[in-house]
Amino acid sequence: MEFIRNFPLFSIVLSLFSGVLCTMLKGRHAKNYTAAFEGLLIAMTAAVLIYTNKEGASFTYVMGEFPAPWGNEIRAGVLEALIALIFLTVVFCSVLAGWRFLQIDVDESKLNLYFSIINLLTAALLAMTYTNDIFTGYVFIEILTLTSCGLIVVREIGRTTLAAIRYMILNLVGSGLFLLGVVLLYDITGHLLMVPMHEKILLIAESGVGMQPLTLAVGVITIGLGIKSGLFPFYLWMPDTYGWSTPSSGAILSAVVSKCYIFLLIKIYLRVIGTEVLGMVHVPRILFVLGIFGMVFGSLSAIRKKSINRMIAFSSAAQIGYIYMGIGLGGVFGYTAAIFQIIAHCVTKSLLFLASPRLAEVSGDSLLFKNLQGSAFRAKWAGGFFIFGSLSMIGIPIFAGFTSKLLFGLAGADCGQTSKFILTMLALAVSSVLNALYFIRTVIRIYSRGESGMKESVVIVPTAEGKIRTIRHGAEDDEKKYGAWSLSQQLTYVLPCLILLAVNLMLGLFAWVFVDLIERGLLMFF
Amino acid sequence: MLSTLLINYEEAVAIILFGIGFTMLLFHRNLIKKLIGMNIMDTGVFLFLASMGYISGRKAPIITDGVQELSAYINPVPAGLVLTGIVVSVSVTAVTLSLTIRLYKRYHTLNLDDIYMLSRHETEDR
Repeated sequence: MEFIRNFPLFSIVLSLFSGVLCTMLKGRHAKNYTAAFEGLLIAMTAAVLIYTNKEGASFTYVMGEFPAPWGNEIRAGVLEALIALIFLTVVFCSVLAGWRFLQIDVDESKLNLYFSIINLLTAALLAMTYTNDIFTGYVFIEILTLTSCGLIVVREIGRTTLAAIRYMILNLVGSGLFLLGVVLLYDITGHLLMVPMHEKILLIAESGVGMQPLTLAVGVITIGLGIKSGLFPFYLWMPDTYGWSTPSSGAILSAVVSKCYIFLLIKIYLRVIGTEVLGMVHVPRILFVLGIFGMVFGSLSAIRKKSINRMIAFSSAAQIGYIYMGIGLGGVFGYTAAIFQIIAHCVTKSLLFLASPRLAEVSGDSLLFKNLQGSAFRAKWAGGFFIFGSLSMIGIPIFAGFTSKLLFGLAGADCGQTSKFILTMLALAVSSVLNALYFIRTVIRIYSRGESGMKESVVIVPTAEGKIRTIRHGAEDDEKKYGAWSLSQQLTYVLPCLILLAVNLMLGLFAWVFVDLIERGLLMFF
Repeated sequence: MLSTLLINYEEAVAIILFGIGFTMLLFHRNLIKKLIGMNIMDTGVFLFLASMGYISGRKAPIITDGVQELSAYINPVPAGLVLTGIVVSVSVTAVTLSLTIRLYKRYHTLNLDDIYMLSRHETEDR
């Protein structure tokens, strides 16, 4: 059983190696290899989860010969393993379910590079989740930025390149600020590992000498990771980035990548800064307000959108607001709610982003609501997935979204401040109503019989830069062409989506198991 | 206040550089200038780190003339961090430049606002 302690490092190194290997394989082989490899990683991470849960304690893995205050470390506890497991599952399902769209969007000779990027992204995700060293965190933040940029730009149309460069610029601002914060923390503490750093920070807070640089460091780290994850004033890059990229990229970026930054932030707050010092610099209060603003304004922006992907992207902004509100509430309940929301949103949003392109495909490749009329009848599975995803987003019981809202309510009641409790409840109520407004509207739209989308069909046109999907009007005789997937195509789309839906239902029905795991993992943080 | 700034002039310059780079990266509309801004911003951080890591009068941590006391040498970690940071910054610059080239080939301009307008005309909001 001791051997399991090697698994976190193995999974990171093997992912990096797979990234290189995929550049040498043909597209289809690269996909099969990646799917098998992700399966292996999921098994390894599940083993780590079971092991740490059984031991009841986390373990650190020392790399090289230098012990604690100097070397580099990996740390795995219940929470890290659980988060990594969910991230890997979502990446696995998104890649498989988006495979058919990928074949259209990406030039055949470049398909293997896509999987190379996916493997590197997996390595970065795992390293950021497991690391116990803040500078390693920075390096893998940059790797994650570069690979997610690759995921966007792989679909070679003008809009994605523009979206990629805007995403890149904002992310560079974010990582520059994060680097400045890390350097400041290193200068005042003299350590890079999280545990010795935390001890020094407690001394600083006690003596009061050096509080100004500490406040600045916490501030710039928060803003840096806030920009990257889409905290309230910085969420306007989301619709272009998620809406135009190929479906698996959109699902991975919205569901996993932004959450990974938040998880690192939570880890830094709890393991490096510590909740007392965090309260001294007023960060939770600011995050609480920004989170609530994000919940309301994200939803308000989503209501006004005319295209389904833009609506889902803005709803991501609202959901990320929930997570920051949880961090702002603080305490074990607040953080549990925030982390449960990370998991719940991860599973739900990827399902929605995988359902919408299929609905668009049977409506003349148009994501506009007016063309999506009745699309759920033409793509029955995708329609079903969209309904279940929407129900979870709104917060209907038995789905994950309900549990996370319940947890936020409990956290609000537990935080001990009446004003915060009332604000939380109000924000939850308003946000749920807004969510219901735009998701139910969309569900009604896709389930009302109509003609508009049917008059157009998708054709694949070869251009100088490769194949693109385009719309041809008035081609009724092509009606059989769309919607007609072969059985294997159906299966590669439906099965991964069913897995996501099953995880979602599990999170709703057996919520206490997950809440218990998260709480146990949080306690291991201290 | 001013005397503290003068004593720590390296750090002060580093923060000024960071500010210049940050504003360039955020507010310039020209993509190449944005990238230059990003590099200036990173340079500011590296200067900050390198100057904080250096103690005047001490040497690089390679044992010379058999001197073994810790007080004779500086900490090698900040220099290592700066090197790592430079590598990251170079690779990020390379990727962003390649994206810039791709945009320039398509739209024949480097102004981000113009590119945005052109791309909106090119594809309707689907």
